[in-house]
Amino acid sequence: MSSIGTGYDLSASQFSPDGRVFQVEYAAKAVENSGTVIGLRGKDGVVFAVEKLVTSKLYEPGANKRIFHVDEHIGMAVAGLISDARQIVETARSEASNYRSQYGIPAPLKYLNERVSMYMHAYTLYSAVRPYGCSVIMGTWSEHDGPQMYMLEPSGVSFSYFGCAVGKAKQAAKTEIEKLKLADMTVKQLVKEAARIIYIVHDELKDKQFELELSWVSKDTKGRHQVVPREVAAEAENLAKQALADIEDSDDGEM
Amino acid sequence: MSFMGDLMNPAPLWHNGPSPGAFYSFPGNATSLRPTGHTVQDFRAHSATPITTTTTVIGLRFDKGCVLAADTLGSYGSLARFRDCNRLQKVNDLTLLGAGGDYADYQYLRDIIEQKIIDEQCIGDGLQLKPKSLHCWLTRVLYNKRSKMDPLWNNYVVAGVQDGEPFLGSVDKLGTAYEDATIATGLGAYMATPLLRDATEKGPLDEESAKALVRKCMEVLFYRDARSFPRYQLGVVTSAGVTVEEPVELKHDWSLAHMIHMK
Repeated sequence: MSSIGTGYDLSASQFSPDGRVFQVEYAAKAVENSGTVIGLRGKDGVVFAVEKLVTSKLYEPGANKRIFHVDEHIGMAVAGLISDARQIVETARSEASNYRSQYGIPAPLKYLNERVSMYMHAYTLYSAVRPYGCSVIMGTWSEHDGPQMYMLEPSGVSFSYFGCAVGKAKQAAKTEIEKLKLADMTVKQLVKEAARIIYIVHDELKDKQFELELSWVSKDTKGRHQVVPREVAAEAENLAKQALADIEDSDDGEM
Repeated sequence: MSFMGDLMNPAPLWHNGPSPGAFYSFPGNATSLRPTGHTVQDFRAHSATPITTTTTVIGLRFDKGCVLAADTLGSYGSLARFRDCNRLQKVNDLTLLGAGGDYADYQYLRDIIEQKIIDEQCIGDGLQLKPKSLHCWLTRVLYNKRSKMDPLWNNYVVAGVQDGEPFLGSVDKLGTAYEDATIATGLGAYMATPLLRDATEKGPLDEESAKALVRKCMEVLFYRDARSFPRYQLGVVTSAGVTVEEPVELKHDWSLAHMIHMK
């Protein structure tokens, strides 16, 4: 890496001569090492799916969750360093709670996104701190605004997306997402697609064990962010495994 | 022996000087005009009186749950000022909360409880605040506030179902708490309690008879309590969940008060 040894990568408060902040780029690298996380925005809601890599067989199933509730109506899926991400979740929760106590209504995602991304950005400015080594995707659905989804990066930038992916296999996942007609799909269809994409992009050779986490927030859930019910998730997961098996079969056939 | 002075009440060692450990305060200075020997008292206004108030909450336990009722009037002294003060709150699927007394204090605590419930949902382990826990928590909050001489001027009635058993408990502004099969706060404690106890002593009630009894009490209270209102809400909690009805209007007929003549 060109940055090493130049001395410009030791602090988040210093630019390199060609105008980069290497500490922020290293933080982005930390995110690229984590399991793939995708967010899909359909016509009636948002679906999150996470490929949670299980690094030890000694963990209990369901440990180290990567999908969080921020408020009743807002969900957050995270990629990167889990401890950094939990801190972002906590910040988002207190922002949402403050908004509620001040204005008596649920915090709009647009506002929350602005607050959280400014918070993350503040950690890219000073030599005494390091940037957050995580990316988060936030999503909600409301009668007034419909589905909304934002992705925040360690640099503090955030955009609203129809579909987004972060983590190890983000490129492959993005290619799959681009094939979908997101704007016409319901969350019930999307949850199957999301599970399928996670299974397809999962690299069996490098990472053996993983758990699939699924959550949604939609018109059907009355704008509440929920973990996808067990039966629905199991169905989606089975279809995903089926799809993966079909692909492998056809690969074998060609050979 | 008078040359020795008054042995029992000796004169001070010195006058007009600073008291030990204090600065000398010049005579005539504004700060020295206070009566001497008195520490400065910090007179703070505490919520000595409630402002916008609500009246009775009725709670009744039946075989499979509880029913609560409360009218929707917010009184400003004796003025019937606000007519749409809902004060039955669905806390979660297990718990229903009713409140009487100062409406602003209730709103304050309601918002805190709502956030508590959200925080709990955010944990995402599927556990829920149980009625007994909320009841106990309320005693702590109210007792702490009264111990600071700044009580939340409310009566709370917690109704719920816990471990399949109906629960009904009340907490007042001092943090005094109890559980009972029948609870009525405010003037209802005097006028509705006898009716409720009469009925429950005859054996366990079912949901319909409990509702009917509570409606009857609301009617009696409307005729007798000058701070009551004909619009009221009824809430029911069973193991199937919590329902809070839209406000209903009770039919009143003042012809029964034949001794009163309108002029």
